[in-house]
Amino acid sequence: MSSEYQTTETLDVKGQSCPMPIVKTKQSIDDLEAGDVLEVVATDSGSMSDIQGWADGTDGVELLEQVEEDDLYTHYVKKTE
Amino acid sequence: MSTDNPTTAVDDADPDVDAAELQALRERVEELEESMAAVDTGDDQKKMTIVATQGSFDMAYPPLILASTAAAFGWEVVVFHTFWGLDILHEEKSKDLKLSAVGNPNMPVPNAVAALPGMDKMATKMMQKKIDDNGTATIEELIDLSLESGVDLQACQMTIELMDYDEDDFYDGVTTGVGAATALQHMAESDIQLLV
Repeated sequence: MSSEYQTTETLDVKGQSCPMPIVKTKQSIDDLEAGDVLEVVATDSGSMSDIQGWADGTDGVELLEQVEEDDLYTHYVKKTE
Repeated sequence: MSTDNPTTAVDDADPDVDAAELQALRERVEELEESMAAVDTGDDQKKMTIVATQGSFDMAYPPLILASTAAAFGWEVVVFHTFWGLDILHEEKSKDLKLSAVGNPNMPVPNAVAALPGMDKMATKMMQKKIDDNGTATIEELIDLSLESGVDLQACQMTIELMDYDEDDFYDGVTTGVGAATALQHMAESDIQLLV
């Protein structure tokens, strides 16, 4: 699960289900600076679609990558502004 | 002659009128495009208003999940709680919301059995366990999250009085002293309106 991004912070939402991965991702992003990359690690398979939808519909964030591996769903979200 | 004149007059007039009309239309389109562009940049934020009328354990979740998620999208969110929906915001009652075993065809027992004393309690316990096992947030957590992220949770004043509740019975941060007119006003301003 190595990534080429410099992740600023990791958010662990393993074991939590909708809407927590989204709500906590939003909270974590708010605490970061522009250019920072947040790594979100979830076990909720719905987070793949949800994080993508959230990133598409939210200004100032960019979804860099989503990785599915061993029942873990890892998302890389960059704060752009 | 007399029959030709009107024809030529119409033929001559038409292109003139069309050109003038076309020019006017072009100007109008430009004007509208400009005002649309101004609207697009000026009001990008979505707004959602939910009316929550149900206070059973299962029905408390959908409005709170949608509200907290919409807040994560940066939307302005109002949830107007009325009738049984008020119990979701009631600090004590929200911790003791019940699931009805009767009238739910998905329950593993027939209605005649589900109507027996204690069955609602059992059904609620079963659901609570499923929720815990699944890592789904509690109602209290969702209320805290919603309030933290700026969701306006409103308690209908008429129902507060009808149910003999006190304004202090509700979670800190809940808006009281609002009625149907306020709810309608928010609905009219919203992109999304839901009745749960």
